[in-house]
Amino acid sequence: MRIEVDRELCCGSGMCVLTDPETFDQSEEDGVVQVLRTQPSAERQAVVRSAVSGCPTSAIRLVE
Amino acid sequence: MTTTEPPLTEAAPGPAQTCPVMHGTQPAAAGRDLLNYPFSGAVPLDPPVEWEQVREQCPVVAVRLPSGDEAHLVTRYEEARALLADPRFTRQIPVNAESRIGASEDGGVFSRQATSGLKIFEGEGHLRWRRLMAKAFTIKRVESMRPRIQALADELVDKMVAAGPRADIARDIGAILPVRVIGDLLGVPTEDLHRFATWSDAILTLTRHSKAEVDAARQDFGIYLAKLIEAKRAEPGDDLLSELINITDSEDGRLDMVELIVTAMAILVAGHETTANMIGKMTAMLLADRSRFETVVADPSIVPSAVDEVLRFDTNPSIGVPRYVSEDIAVGGAEIGAGSTVIVSPAIANRDPRRFPEPERMDLRRTNNQHLSFGAGPHFCLGQPLARAELQVVLGTLARRLPTLRLAIDRRELRVKQGLIVVGFEEVPVEW
Ligand code: HEM
Repeated sequence: MRIEVDRELCCGSGMCVLTDPETFDQSEEDGVVQVLRTQPSAERQAVVRSAVSGCPTSAIRLVE
Repeated sequence: MTTTEPPLTEAAPGPAQTCPVMHGTQPAAAGRDLLNYPFSGAVPLDPPVEWEQVREQCPVVAVRLPSGDEAHLVTRYEEARALLADPRFTRQIPVNAESRIGASEDGGVFSRQATSGLKIFEGEGHLRWRRLMAKAFTIKRVESMRPRIQALADELVDKMVAAGPRADIARDIGAILPVRVIGDLLGVPTEDLHRFATWSDAILTLTRHSKAEVDAARQDFGIYLAKLIEAKRAEPGDDLLSELINITDSEDGRLDMVELIVTAMAILVAGHETTANMIGKMTAMLLADRSRFETVVADPSIVPSAVDEVLRFDTNPSIGVPRYVSEDIAVGGAEIGAGSTVIVSPAIANRDPRRFPEPERMDLRRTNNQHLSFGAGPHFCLGQPLARAELQVVLGTLARRLPTLRLAIDRRELRVKQGLIVVGFEEVPVEW
């Protein structure tokens, strides 16, 4: 599983950072999402999925 | 532990409605017997019976606004979320649109021309603006403000305790904490903050103020901010306004002077009364059934999920999120004609059983609670990390310091502030 983000869609809400700070961070400059680990470990996948569904602009995608 | 909202009212049937999806009719027929919107719950803290009726009837329902005009009300979660993310639905409603929302001559705050034509409100220009603003609202930045918010909450509770054992949460915390926090963030002197309540009330008016009053408030507010900007230019501080002035003065096209003033105004207005009201509503919702509050007292680690559940559950929400559409678009199978006003109701969508299991139950530990109270899509509330932090700090502090807190009046006696776009209680009297 690989994480892809659409920087244009991202509104910088930080919801993903709240949900999974091990996988996501935000740029200090413009709040845009930064993926710390693009290929999350097996145990991480559930929480990554909830970060994906929790994104208010649907800017995070999982490629299986 | 979870609790169910005990209904105090019998469900009263509303006027017969025809679902344009099911019946293939166009909703915009003048003089029809439409539901008046916003619906008013018969008892404070009970959701209006119409919420479930309209949601189950149809994903899009025609309603009558306070202005007398018609609008399309979006009632279901999936459609609401998709619509808020759809750029064809714009946020600015021209005054010459078919329907106006407020009863004041120019159609109320949503359609005021004062802010139209600015490129920061829509599309590319809006995205650039968000990038400039987001910096001040990242999770880290907001977390760094938490100690200050906590100190403020403790100070306010100290005062309540000294004057107690009775207080009014709306007056003693709601009216003070959010405006102080937003004042700190922007760099507005504390002694000036009392002026914002008056201005923001006028700007957020639905039926309460005349156009002249609203214009006067806008003008005074603008003049005040222009002066503040001058002062900060001479003596910059460590605050958002000083930072934005720098950007404006660099004249690189990212933010001009008018946009700067409108931005400061927007943040002050949006960050103030919404959160102030929510502090009162949160307290009322949790105390109306004290087992809810006791759950938080017993396990303060649930404060974050409790706050989001309270946001989802909001029984006295604002009118909703308006959108304007300039082409014919189908939503949930219904045709929405060019020129229509569409209103997304987060509160109605937040109780959609298609999305939330047992939606009418307040579950303070609810997970996957992606409610729409902060909107969705590109305009998703800029200030939501701050609003969440404020609500979490207030709830945590009340539970820790006043575990015997209870409502000092019957919940049927809670009075809703009338005539404004954002909704809250006049008073939330408590005792401990
Ligand atoms: C409980 C409190 C709050 C609620 C329920 C709330 C709700 C909302 C909603 C529903 C929207 C979307 C409007 C739309 O799509 O047209 C929004 C946008 C916005 N909110 Fe909030 N808000 C709250 C607190 C705050 C705070 C504390 C601030 C500022 C510090 C703030 C600043 C804004 C701004 C600037 C926007 C416009 C964002 C944009 O257009 O990109 N809000 N809010």
